[in-house]
Amino acid sequence: MPANASDPASPENGRSDPGPVVRFEQVTKRFGDLTVLDRLDFEVAQNEKIAIIGPSGSGKTTILRVLMTLVEPNEGVVYVDGEPLWHKPANGELVRADEAHLRKVRKNIGMVFQHFNLFPHMSVLRNVTEAPIHVLGRSRSEAEDQALHLLDKVGLGDKTDQFPSQLSGGQKQRVAIARALAMQPKVMLFDEVTSALDPELVGEVLNILRDLARDTEMAMLIVTHEMQFARDVADRVVFFDSGRVAEEGPPSKIFSAPENPRTQSFLKAVLDH
Amino acid sequence: MFDWITFTWDMEFALEILPQLLRAAWITLQATVVGFAIAVVVGLVLALARRGPRIVSWPVTFLIEFIRSTPLLVQLYVLYFILPLYGVSLSAFVTGVIGLGLHYGAYLSEVYRAGIEHVDKGQWEAAIALNFDRRRTWTNIVLPQALPPMLPMFGNYFIVMFKETPLLSAITVVELLQTAKIIGSRTFNYVEPYTLVGLIFLALSYPAALVVNRLEARFARQRQ
Ligand SMILES: Nc1ncnc2c1ncn2[C@@H]1O[C@H](COP(=O)(O)OP(=O)(O)OP(=O)(O)O)[C@@H](O)[C@H]1O
Ligand SMILES: [Mg+2]
Repeated sequence: MPANASDPASPENGRSDPGPVVRFEQVTKRFGDLTVLDRLDFEVAQNEKIAIIGPSGSGKTTILRVLMTLVEPNEGVVYVDGEPLWHKPANGELVRADEAHLRKVRKNIGMVFQHFNLFPHMSVLRNVTEAPIHVLGRSRSEAEDQALHLLDKVGLGDKTDQFPSQLSGGQKQRVAIARALAMQPKVMLFDEVTSALDPELVGEVLNILRDLARDTEMAMLIVTHEMQFARDVADRVVFFDSGRVAEEGPPSKIFSAPENPRTQSFLKAVLDH
Repeated sequence: MFDWITFTWDMEFALEILPQLLRAAWITLQATVVGFAIAVVVGLVLALARRGPRIVSWPVTFLIEFIRSTPLLVQLYVLYFILPLYGVSLSAFVTGVIGLGLHYGAYLSEVYRAGIEHVDKGQWEAAIALNFDRRRTWTNIVLPQALPPMLPMFGNYFIVMFKETPLLSAITVVELLQTAKIIGSRTFNYVEPYTLVGLIFLALSYPAALVVNRLEARFARQRQ
């Protein structure tokens, strides 16, 4: 067996070559008669930064929500770090996951929402420490040290005792980013995190995300309408259309020489705008 | 015809029976507070059960509708006279507070339901994204936001329940009304005991109503 054990292709050695951190396999999601994700195949590599663009209603939010276990797909399998997310293996078959399995797999995923969804009854500091303490079992002092560090990083080290209602939209979103980072997920999802902000506050949030994309090892899936930002941070840009990946590639290619006519007309529309 | 002759106020008699009535008022208050505590728990349990799978939520919904559409007096009779037939014999007071607790629990479950539905959907989603378990989602995120705006409604039901406690006299709980009846039938003077009962209710529920009004105003301001 020793020869086999050193074979990089053997399943026992799968760990040495990290596979994709996220894999969608023929995933379909329908809302009633509307097919929102259509037999979608899609992969995210470890550490990869992906910008997802596409017209309204193309399924960009839905793909993130499926990953965050907020929306259950009708068909197909989603793998996170090699493990099925919405299913669990039982007697060699995949059966519908229970709550315990969902919690185990989704600890790898974090999400920042368009409308922040901060906890309004908690101070900024508690927003960031609550889950590390009660979900990860960290001590309060450990969680607070980490929170202070993260809040400093997003430029809110002086707001720890404020409540969300006392913050501007941009500040709220930066707290939400710190809150999600505190859980140290392998994949972080951003769903149009600047589109609920006043225009003058967009920049401060995008700058945080630029720094984050540069410094972090975690994979990032960023749904955005900010094309310049997508071009700056993304390793790969994915253009969604009608629940499928219509075109994808490095930003230089997608933005400078898109091949698909749908991509061309979409980009023309948003860039002219 | 109303007999004006007997409608006289005997102050000495009133003062003589006042301590007995105040002791009865204490029973009434205890019944209210214990009954309401039961209602607060029952209401939450019913509200949560209604959100469960159908096999739970349907019978619970039926139970709530049943309780709300039958008179409290009938429910008290059922508990008091029928439970002993099944070997459950409780004192009148205990039966009474359980009856109050169940009845108002059904009403409070609706208050809980509205309060819980009022919590933004995004809060549940944030809880999932941060991987909170169900219990923590309720105790740390949803209920702390749902409960404060419910307090005025809780206050209202508390006062309504307080004013319904005389029904307990029907199952022989010696609360305020029952005590007044006993005094009346012993002395053939009804004016003083019943008037005092009314005044005691007024003295207790009016300040409580003021507190509830202030709570209401406070939450109305906060919502703006
Ligand atoms: N819970 C739901 N019930 C019914 N239809 C839904 C639901 N969620 C999304 N949809 C529909 O699915 C389609 C895709 O929605 P999705 O939010 O994924 O689009 P999107 O690409 O994020 O669009 P946008 O750019 O406008 O945010 C839309 O037509 C939307 O109306
Ligand atoms: Mg969307």
